[in-house]
Amino acid sequence: MRFVLKTNYHRDVDLFRDKVQLSWYATLFLFVLCIPIFSGTYVESQLTLVFLWSIAGAGLMILVGYTGLISLGHAAFLSVGAYTHAVLLDLGVPPYLSIPLAMSLCSVLGVIVSVAALRMTGIYLAIATLAFAMIVEKIVKNWSAVTGGNAGFKVPPPEVLGWELNSTAYYYLCLLILALVMLCVSNLLRAPTGRAFIAVRDSEVSAQATGINLIKTKALAFAISAALTGLAGTLLAHQWHYLFPDSFSMITSIKLLMLVIIGGLGSMSGVVFGAIFMTLLPDGIATVREWLPDSIGNLPGLEPFTFGLLLIVFLVFEPLGINGRWQKIRLFFSRFPLYRNKTFRRQKSFLRTERVH
Amino acid sequence: METFFQLLLSGIAQGCVYGLVAIGFVLIYKATEMVNFAQGDIMMIGAFITITLINHLHWNYFLAVVTAIAVMGLVGLTLERGLLRRMIGESPFAVLMVTIGLGFVLRSVAGMIWGHNPRSIVTPYTEHTLQFGAVVFPVADLVVVAATVVLCGLTFLFFRYTRFGIAMQATSQNQLAAYYVGIPVKRVVAASWALAAAIAAIAGILLLPLKSVYPEVGLILGIKAFAAAIVGGFGSLPGAMVGGIAIGLVEIFTKYWVDGRIGFSVSETSVYILLLVMLIVRPSGLFASLQKKKV
Repeated sequence: MRFVLKTNYHRDVDLFRDKVQLSWYATLFLFVLCIPIFSGTYVESQLTLVFLWSIAGAGLMILVGYTGLISLGHAAFLSVGAYTHAVLLDLGVPPYLSIPLAMSLCSVLGVIVSVAALRMTGIYLAIATLAFAMIVEKIVKNWSAVTGGNAGFKVPPPEVLGWELNSTAYYYLCLLILALVMLCVSNLLRAPTGRAFIAVRDSEVSAQATGINLIKTKALAFAISAALTGLAGTLLAHQWHYLFPDSFSMITSIKLLMLVIIGGLGSMSGVVFGAIFMTLLPDGIATVREWLPDSIGNLPGLEPFTFGLLLIVFLVFEPLGINGRWQKIRLFFSRFPLYRNKTFRRQKSFLRTERVH
Repeated sequence: METFFQLLLSGIAQGCVYGLVAIGFVLIYKATEMVNFAQGDIMMIGAFITITLINHLHWNYFLAVVTAIAVMGLVGLTLERGLLRRMIGESPFAVLMVTIGLGFVLRSVAGMIWGHNPRSIVTPYTEHTLQFGAVVFPVADLVVVAATVVLCGLTFLFFRYTRFGIAMQATSQNQLAAYYVGIPVKRVVAASWALAAAIAAIAGILLLPLKSVYPEVGLILGIKAFAAAIVGGFGSLPGAMVGGIAIGLVEIFTKYWVDGRIGFSVSETSVYILLLVMLIVRPSGLFASLQKKKV
C-alpha cells in the first residue's frame, strides 16, 4: 500500500495520484497504440467501437454520474450528431467544420429540452428527454428527403485534410479523440465547474447555499453532455457506414445508461469498463446461446432479457459497477489481510417527500 | 357532429386506460417515492393473463377478470418483496433504472410465453353499440369509462375512509413519521405495489376490447401514461386521471384532424409535444402537488 505525501495543495487536484499511476496509464496507452500491429481487423473495429461508446458514455457520465441528472433520451443526441455530420459532409462541408456544427446543434437542442424540465425534480428531465428522443426518432424517420428515412443514409468515408482514412487510421483517430475527451473531461471535473456539478449531485440545497446557480449548472452539464454524445454520434456515423433511424431508438438510450451504470457511476474509468462490457455483451450472449439447449437458446427475447437482468443485478448487488468492484478488489489486496468487510457499506436513508399536502 | 362525439368518447375511453396506468404510477410514487417505469408492462402481463384464461382455458369472462386482477395483485406483491424492497433508500435514479430493467425482463418473458403476435379477446360486449340520436357509441368504450368512474370512486373512498387508506396517505407524506406513529410502513408499501399492479391489470383488461395486445404494448403506453401523470401534476391521483383523458383526447383529435392534412402522422408524437409544451408552460402540472424544497 502506497501513501502519497502531499507537499502542496495542487496534489489534491492533480490528474494522476502519483508517478506510478501515471506510468500505468502511459503503459496502457502505448499498449493500445500497438494493438493494430498484431491484431486482426475484427479486434480493431471492436476496439474502435469501444472508443466511440466510451466518448458517448463520457458525455452521459457527466450528466448521470457527476451531476446526478437522468436522461432517458441520449440516443437522440447520437442521432442528431450523426445525421447532421453526415448530411453536412454530403453537402461538401469539410469535417473540421461539420463536427463542431453537429456538436453545437446537439448542445443547443439539449439546453432547449432540459431548461424547461430542470425547474422540476429529476424525474421530469427523464421524461422530457424521453419525449424529445421520441420526437427526434419520428422526425428522422419521416423527413426522408434529408435523412433518407428508413431506407438509410450512406455516410461519406472519413477524411482528414483530403486523405481518406482506412480502418487502422480511423482506429488511431478515434483513440486520439477519446484520449482528448478523457483529458478534457477530467480537467473539467477538477475545475470549479466540475466541482459545482458534483455539489449539485450530492445535495442541491447545500450547493445552492454555497452560491451555485442550480439551473445554470444543470443546463451547462446537459449542454456538455449532449455535445460529447453528439461527437460520438458523428464518429459512429463513419464506423457504421449507413445510418438508420432504428439504430437510435429508445433501446440505444437505455444501453447507454446501462454502459454508465455497469461501468460504475461517478468515475471516468468506469465509462471505458462499461464500453468494453457493452461491446463484448452481444458476442457473449451469442456464445451462451450455443451452450443452451435449442429450445431456450433460440428464443428471440433472450437479448433484452439479459440486458434487463444485468441492469437489475448490478443495481441491486453492485451499484458502483465494474469500477467499484475493481476498487474493492484492489483495496482488498493492498490491505491484505486487514480488509474490512464494511468499508463500502451503503448507507440507507429515509425518504422525505418534496410534495406538499 | 356525430364523428365529433364518437371521437370524444373513444378519446376519453383511451384516455381512461392511460389514466388508470398513470394512477398506478402515482400510487407507487406517493407511497414510496419510487418511479415505476414497468407499470405499462405490468398492465401488459395482466392483459395476457386474461387472454390466456379466456381464450385457452375458456373461463367465464367475469371470473377470468377477477382472477387476473387477483393474480396481478400477487405479482405486484412479489415484485415488491423480492426486488423493490431492496431498493428502499437507494437513489431515485437507481430505482428508476431497476424498474426499466424489470420492464425489459417482463417484456421478453411475455414474448417467450405468449409470442409476439397481437392478440385480443371476445368480450360479452364486443361489437355491441348504443345509439343516442344519430350518434352510435361502441359499448366497449362506454364500459371503459364506466369502469374507470367506479374504480376512481372506490379508490377515493378507500383513501378517505378506510384505516389502511389513511395509513397509506400518512406513509406517502413522511415515511419516518409514519413509523413513529406505528404504521407498518413495509406492509403499506407492499400493499401499494399490489394495489398498483391490480389497477394496472384492470387497465389491461379494459384495453383488450379497444386494442390488441402484444409484449411491447406496455412500453409506449407506459410512456404515455407517464406523460399523463406529469400533465396532471405528478403525485396527484385526480390529476393523473385528467391528464390521461387529456392525452387520449389530444391523440385522437390530432389523428383525425391533423394527420390527413399534412401527409404524415403526428398523432403518435402529439403526446410528447403536449408534454414538452406543458413542461414549458406549467411544469407543475394541472394539479400541482410538488413544491420547491426550502431549507
